[in-house]
Amino acid sequence: MFKRIMVPVDLAHAERLEKALGVAEDLAQHYGATVVYVGVAAATPSSVAHTPAEFAAKLTAFAKARAAQSDVTAEAHAMTSHDPSTDLDPTLLKAVGETGADLVIMASHIPNITDYVWPSNGGTIAGHAKVSVMVVRA
Amino acid sequence: MTDETNNQGIPEPEGASDIIKTDYDIGQDNIETQVGPFPVDIHNPVFVISALSVILFVIYALVAPTHAGNFFSGVDASAVEGCEPGAFCDIGLRAFLTSTFDWFFLMAANVFVLFCLLLVVTPMGSVRLGGADAKPDYGYIGWFAMLFAAGMGIGLMFFGVLEPAYYFGTPWGDEPLGVVRPFAEDGTLIEANVQEARRMALAATSYHWALHPWAIYAVVALSLALFSYNKGLPLSIRSAFYPILGDRVWGWWGHAIDTLAVFATLFGLATSLGLGAQQANAGLEFVYGIPNNITVQVILIIGITAIALVSVLRGLDGGVKVLSEINMVIAIVLLLFVLFAAGATAILGEFVSGIGAYFQEVIPLSNPFGREDDGYREGWTAFYWAWWISWSPFVGMFIARVSRGRTVREFIICVLIIPSLVCVFWMAVFGGAAINDMIANPDASAVKANVIDSYAPELSLFAMLDSLPLTSITSTIGIVLVIVFFVTSSDSGSLVIDTITAGGKVDAPVPQRVFWCTFEGLVAIALLIGGGLTSLQAMVISTGLPFTLVLLLMCYAIWKGLVAERQSH
Repeated sequence: MFKRIMVPVDLAHAERLEKALGVAEDLAQHYGATVVYVGVAAATPSSVAHTPAEFAAKLTAFAKARAAQSDVTAEAHAMTSHDPSTDLDPTLLKAVGETGADLVIMASHIPNITDYVWPSNGGTIAGHAKVSVMVVRA
Repeated sequence: MTDETNNQGIPEPEGASDIIKTDYDIGQDNIETQVGPFPVDIHNPVFVISALSVILFVIYALVAPTHAGNFFSGVDASAVEGCEPGAFCDIGLRAFLTSTFDWFFLMAANVFVLFCLLLVVTPMGSVRLGGADAKPDYGYIGWFAMLFAAGMGIGLMFFGVLEPAYYFGTPWGDEPLGVVRPFAEDGTLIEANVQEARRMALAATSYHWALHPWAIYAVVALSLALFSYNKGLPLSIRSAFYPILGDRVWGWWGHAIDTLAVFATLFGLATSLGLGAQQANAGLEFVYGIPNNITVQVILIIGITAIALVSVLRGLDGGVKVLSEINMVIAIVLLLFVLFAAGATAILGEFVSGIGAYFQEVIPLSNPFGREDDGYREGWTAFYWAWWISWSPFVGMFIARVSRGRTVREFIICVLIIPSLVCVFWMAVFGGAAINDMIANPDASAVKANVIDSYAPELSLFAMLDSLPLTSITSTIGIVLVIVFFVTSSDSGSLVIDTITAGGKVDAPVPQRVFWCTFEGLVAIALLIGGGLTSLQAMVISTGLPFTLVLLLMCYAIWKGLVAERQSH
């Protein structure tokens, strides 16, 4: 059914993603699909990495660790963005094309009042991506 | 399977760079929580101290406007017993600093220019910001538009006509280098003096807008870019001090530096926003007869803040960059119009002779010793240097944010040489047209009436446009340009303040930049209604003195950083 499952991850808050990561890995096992972990970072030093290269290396290590833990094939795909706070959605939509994913599984917070002004990333991706999107509430 | 596609989305490995090893993790002092429905991620204590101290100073300016005004801008000596003309109580802190330390400001600015030129010609120029193989984030046009719009745009609108026209005809004894006056006491033209006065007016104006201010911005921007992109330190003013202070920059030293930068940026922006609204209102009255009062000015501030909000919500690429490019196109249209309407051949000649005059006079103008033109040197040059320097944390940090991937040489040429040429050209066109108008018809010239005969600086641009055809269209473009330049300063400023108060994180939640952008508009409105814009602006410019020392230290830090960078290759 699915061959490549894209999972956006925020390496600074990986613990909040446990549910979405678990779902993605279960489905990947079920369909024999590859999980592609996508991370987005600015080129400026962040709490995760000092340079884009270091960020990519950390994402790769993350993918390796998850692959070993859940026995799925996994890849990492790092993206840079000039202004991640506002460019996250378009960057992730671009990543869908670049990774060739046919399913996106992403974590999202429980909607509250601010979602009327700032729609959640999960909602926006589901609204615009050309592939299936599964939004997993935290 | 995991290792083959590890960085497809990233422009190739970044190549060698000399990361500074420190125990500090970016964001380790941040508070990440939820305030009501809003997520926040702020640096403790920089965010809290900055916001609180801004509020306290606004209250101080509102509650004790006379005290604040007297201290920073001075009182009229004749009205106060025991206050001599020219004493501190007469001129206030700002003028005291620029008249006492004029030599220091002038010499420091010379050091910055020489330092930048030195970097271009030495092998240090080949170091690339972001690592040896980094690719530029922005193309030349978008990059140039952004650094220009943030750094200087609004000043060109305000001073483009005012300054050359003022130096040309000043009757107040502040002629640059004591040049001859072209007008006699009765206002008639003295033909023999015109050529020399005009040459000096353009040279003296270009001196304030060409190499020196851009060198000030370049030093700050380069140090931030180097220590952030190559050394891996957070994108915050404190990082530039790492080579000097070491790990102490993560403690109170760093908090103080960052807070001061936020403070100068926010008050600098808010006071210019308030004063800018007054100028735009004066223009609207001059052109359309719209009443000049607080209500209109508050509406202008709200409008500018609202557009800036949309821009920060759309982010760096979708908002700030787009607006800057729109801005550049409108500015070019206006520039070309004035160029052709005022006579392209004559003005181009003016530009060429302006550059010649600049190179002839730049050394005498930048030498602080043995001169008698105190009015010009202290009142204008030192004032400008203090002003550029107090803006440098903001503009420098913004330039750094968009300059990754350039070599140091490319960076300096594009931040120093090209903007300087553009500024000299702008001044030649706008100033040249204004001076032509004053010479052609001294009695009926609106420029002369608003700059020399009575001093109404905010009208100078519109008075010059009045002397050319299609006045109503060009004045409207002028007002739009003033407003959009304010928006581009306001949105880039909000991004900078947000990054500093989030401990160098550029991915803090969006509501935070909404907070700073709105806060800045509110401070401007409060000061506009309660008074105190001028005195607080004087206070911001006063921060230029300590920042000058800071910038000199930065030159040393940059040099050390570049040497280490080259050794790591």
